[in-house]
Amino acid sequence: MEEIKLSARNLNLFFGNKQILKNLSIDFPKNQVTSLIGPSGCGKSTLLRSFNRMHDLSPDARIEGKLKMDEMDLYNKANSVTEIRKRIGMVFQKPNPLPKSIFENLSYALHIHNFPKAEIPGLIENALKESFLWDEVKEELKKPAVKLSGGQQQRLCIARTVVLRPEVILMDEPCSALDPISTRKIEDLILKLKKDYTIIIVTHNMQQAQRISDKVAFMYLGELIEFDSCENIFSNPKQELTKEYIGGHFG
Amino acid sequence: MKKKLLHAFDWLLLLGSTLLVCTFLGIILWDIFSKGLPAISWDFLLQYPTDGMTQGGILPAVVGTVLLTFITTLFAVPFGVACAVYLNEYAKHSLFTNIIRASIRNLAGVPSIIYGLFGLALFVQAMKLGTSVLSAGLTLGLLSLPYIIITTEEALKRIPNSMREATLALGVTQFETIKDVILPKALPGILTGVILTLSRAAGETAPILFTGVAFYINGVSTSINQEFMALPYHLYMLSTQHYAIEQVRPLAYGTAVVLITLVFLLNIVAFIIRSKYRTQD
Repeated sequence: MEEIKLSARNLNLFFGNKQILKNLSIDFPKNQVTSLIGPSGCGKSTLLRSFNRMHDLSPDARIEGKLKMDEMDLYNKANSVTEIRKRIGMVFQKPNPLPKSIFENLSYALHIHNFPKAEIPGLIENALKESFLWDEVKEELKKPAVKLSGGQQQRLCIARTVVLRPEVILMDEPCSALDPISTRKIEDLILKLKKDYTIIIVTHNMQQAQRISDKVAFMYLGELIEFDSCENIFSNPKQELTKEYIGGHFG
Repeated sequence: MKKKLLHAFDWLLLLGSTLLVCTFLGIILWDIFSKGLPAISWDFLLQYPTDGMTQGGILPAVVGTVLLTFITTLFAVPFGVACAVYLNEYAKHSLFTNIIRASIRNLAGVPSIIYGLFGLALFVQAMKLGTSVLSAGLTLGLLSLPYIIITTEEALKRIPNSMREATLALGVTQFETIKDVILPKALPGILTGVILTLSRAAGETAPILFTGVAFYINGVSTSINQEFMALPYHLYMLSTQHYAIEQVRPLAYGTAVVLITLVFLLNIVAFIIRSKYRTQD
């Protein structure tokens, strides 16, 4: 039996009067890559962002149900949001490096979370190596991060996330703004990172989902339609909707 | 062919309007500088007025205006920026905050003489600060606040949300995000707005009229509870209130040149900051 890292139970999420997620329950296994697929507007990103509580900032968002990491209730008032976000990292669709140097992009959050000063350069080197970026930037850590290429920026954003040693990494279409070669590098990176992290990734690219996922969840109009191993979803889907979507009939 | 002609006509009309505006600006500048520049000298800038202000320089007025602008800055910038941060980063869009926003926009349109009277009532009388450079600076600060709030809010709005999400997702608090990422990134835009506002405030006469500006003081204002001389008021006084208006006309033009140059310099600084900011994006 695989170990469950993140879970949602009877999750309902509303923006104002509009219900985005409908009674959704799902379990994400530890140290595996789970892909969320489905047509635009089906609630994949919304689901992803509810785990690290990014909806806290939208005043009209309302959440019902239970979200848990291990046994911790993510929406319990006693748990600090910053601690949760440190343990559940996130990589966004468009690379969003801070307007600081490459080094500072990684050191900033380490300072905020009071990592010992002496350890910081080592942690940063490790994170950059882990993100396949070290060889490309080791000579120019003081360079502004925005000068990097799009693919490098995205790997920097991943490095910025892993440097905090999170337990889960949420990825919201991390390759959609990148060229095929950069996409390839990020995919290799994801496959390597799953040894240490539980990864949930939203993607519109079916080939990508097939290449990197252990499990795939298909969502449609705010509901979880089918959730199974990658092979089963792509070669033997049980639901008619799933079959049509991955066959490219809609979406 | 006919269509082409019509386009040419439209174009001429627009060009003509632009040229007309520039012409007026040119005439004003030419008039002031041609008549004022001969009066400018180090003595004019560095000496006290003498002989019933028919001779000598404008040092106290220059110092007074600089000191006044300094006090305005100290008061208006921290409050203005804090208010804009609250409105843009923290406040929810409710009826209440919309009323606050509308009020701030309306305050920006209040005539400056009203601020003068308000400053007289509040700072000079109620708070017993007397007619002083402090009262006048605070009054000008009030006048500047709405502009600083509006321009700062615009600068903050231009920062994409992805920048805020970047650090929030790393477990950084909202306050730290604003302090370390959002404000530094918005700084050029904020500075531009602040400088333009201050250059406007430095040239105001009405708000300081009742709150502390003096016709003449024999010495440079060194303390913030003294009355002071200021360039715009000095100019006003030389051109309308003086007993020998014709005789002091060159001095009045000289004062105008100094005031305009001061404001221009501030505007150029704002322009440089803005163009640097643009090439960064």
